[in-house]
Amino acid sequence: MDKFRMIFQFFQSNQESFMNGICGIMALASTQLYSAFDFNCPCLPQYNMAYGLGILLVPPFILFLLGFVLNNNISMLAEEWRRPQGQRGKDPAVLRYMFCSMAQRAMIAPAIWVSVTLLDGKCITCAFCTSVPVETLGNASHPLLSQGEIQRVLARIPCKEIYNGQELMANEVAVRYLRCISQALGWCFVLLMTTLAFLVRSLRPCFSQAAFLKSRYWSHYIDIERKLFDETCAEHARSFAKVCIQQFFESMSTDLVAAHCHPPRKTSEDAGEASKKLLGITDQGTMNMALKSWHRCKPPLHLHSPALPSGNGWAGEGQPPVHPSTPRRETAAYYSLV
Amino acid sequence: MDRFRMIFQYFQSNSESVMNGICGLLALASVKMYTCFDFSCPCLPQYNMAYGLGIMFVPPVILFLCGLILNRQSLVMLDEWRRPQGHRKKDLAVIRYMCSSIVQRAMVAPVVWIIVTLLDGKCLICAFSGSMDPEKFVGFANVTPEQVEQLLAKVPCKDDELMRNNTSRKAVSRYLRCWSQALGWSILLILIVAAFLARWLRPCFNQANLLQARHWSNYIDIEQKIFEETCCEHSRLFAHKCILHFFESMRQEIKLHNFNLLREGERDEGEEDLLCGITDQDQVNKLLKTWYYDKPPLDVS
Repeated sequence: MDKFRMIFQFFQSNQESFMNGICGIMALASTQLYSAFDFNCPCLPQYNMAYGLGILLVPPFILFLLGFVLNNNISMLAEEWRRPQGQRGKDPAVLRYMFCSMAQRAMIAPAIWVSVTLLDGKCITCAFCTSVPVETLGNASHPLLSQGEIQRVLARIPCKEIYNGQELMANEVAVRYLRCISQALGWCFVLLMTTLAFLVRSLRPCFSQAAFLKSRYWSHYIDIERKLFDETCAEHARSFAKVCIQQFFESMSTDLVAAHCHPPRKTSEDAGEASKKLLGITDQGTMNMALKSWHRCKPPLHLHSPALPSGNGWAGEGQPPVHPSTPRRETAAYYSLV
Repeated sequence: MDRFRMIFQYFQSNSESVMNGICGLLALASVKMYTCFDFSCPCLPQYNMAYGLGIMFVPPVILFLCGLILNRQSLVMLDEWRRPQGHRKKDLAVIRYMCSSIVQRAMVAPVVWIIVTLLDGKCLICAFSGSMDPEKFVGFANVTPEQVEQLLAKVPCKDDELMRNNTSRKAVSRYLRCWSQALGWSILLILIVAAFLARWLRPCFNQANLLQARHWSNYIDIEQKIFEETCCEHSRLFAHKCILHFFESMRQEIKLHNFNLLREGERDEGEEDLLCGITDQDQVNKLLKTWYYDKPPLDVS
């Protein structure tokens, strides 16, 4: 168990840092995704706003969901939420703590996408280029242009190569104006998020610190218990499989002895370990039969005591389970469940 | 116990260095953020000042708050400040020491941002080009007041059609950059001299109190870490016991339902212990179902 203890301590002490690591990787992935993405404003009046705001708001939503998906603890939360009460009470504070800590981590990558997008400025320029105040920044008295025409011209502001409204509104002026607004929004957004994070983190010790410590302890406990249970089940499965396979080979060997009326070969003392491991199968034909039998007719998931002469390797359903290792007790005592 | 001792020594020696490391990383991040940020002055009379000063002062506030958030010790300090007195007295000197060390570390990244901004000069040029006296510069002296406001606002934008190859623009730009860099270097010099004096003169005042405050603030930090470690260890042991009890109770329930005289088996003792008496598919399924539908109570007495 020492090895398991070391591994669990590593997981426990590093579970937070592991989750923080995933969170940081997603944040970096978010910036990388943005720089790799080839932003292409459509430069058409009806489509600009949809495209610009879509690029601003849809990837954060995807990143948020991805943050939940990549978090291993989501299944733990769901399990704890849906399990029947049974003998163990359910504490909603623990569930709230788990959900809040997961949501906080999942929010980081979307916030970074939105900040980077706003600070870069392309999305807002694309989305709001038709709303630029032409009266103050440009030449509003430009003759013979209907409202629709003006909109069409302004919509081409993000696409410098096809922009043809230099007399109406200088391209650089409009782009600088929109980018300035976008960057101001971006910095305000970052300031808001940081202030919220600071308030959440610093106000918590002032209120309900004891409840927080309790929720944190029990949420870690649930996680450790689940991991330990999985480990114990895996160990049990390994032992089960080992005994099952051992019994299979033994029954094969017994069958062959019965079928061919060969007395079991007596091994000399110095053959020792190796011949014991052969499990009574010592030639090619027997091995082939064992392999074929393993494929065609796997033994039932039912371990029986080797002292019983089962005779037939496929029997076993009718056998009662035996538990030989516990000390012999022949009294009919009632054991209450703990 | 040896392992614990090693871990404690590590935490003791490295708590300060971890915090210094975070402080340094934030300062580097601050420089990187400035170089990555695409500064784009709007070159419009009403917007220049707001944009320029905004870029100079809003990111430092953000960096300061980040410095406070990322520092673990700020939580420890708040905890110590707000806890009920109980059996342990509260020492305000310790809390003040922790607060000042946290704030000093958090101030490094904002100061780096402001200094880099000033030394680069773009922010000040953008913010104050509109406030220049046009009489001092030949190109702007003989222009109407409305136009001069527009022209001066366009000084930060080199590529604007009005400003291309305009020597007066370059003059204004150089003038403002000179002031900006002078301001930047002065602030840097003042801060370094202040830090130097503070570090040199500190032992002359209240050294004993300082040593006490530092010791106890370290102590509170370590105590918090050890408490968390012990809780982890405890919850692991609790879970281990709980699961063992659960398997044992399953084994006993099975034994109860299949009441049989026990037979001697020749199976390996070790394997048997691991199997906990659960030896067929139905029993395993029952165990797993019971684990979900009816978890054992949190009581290992």
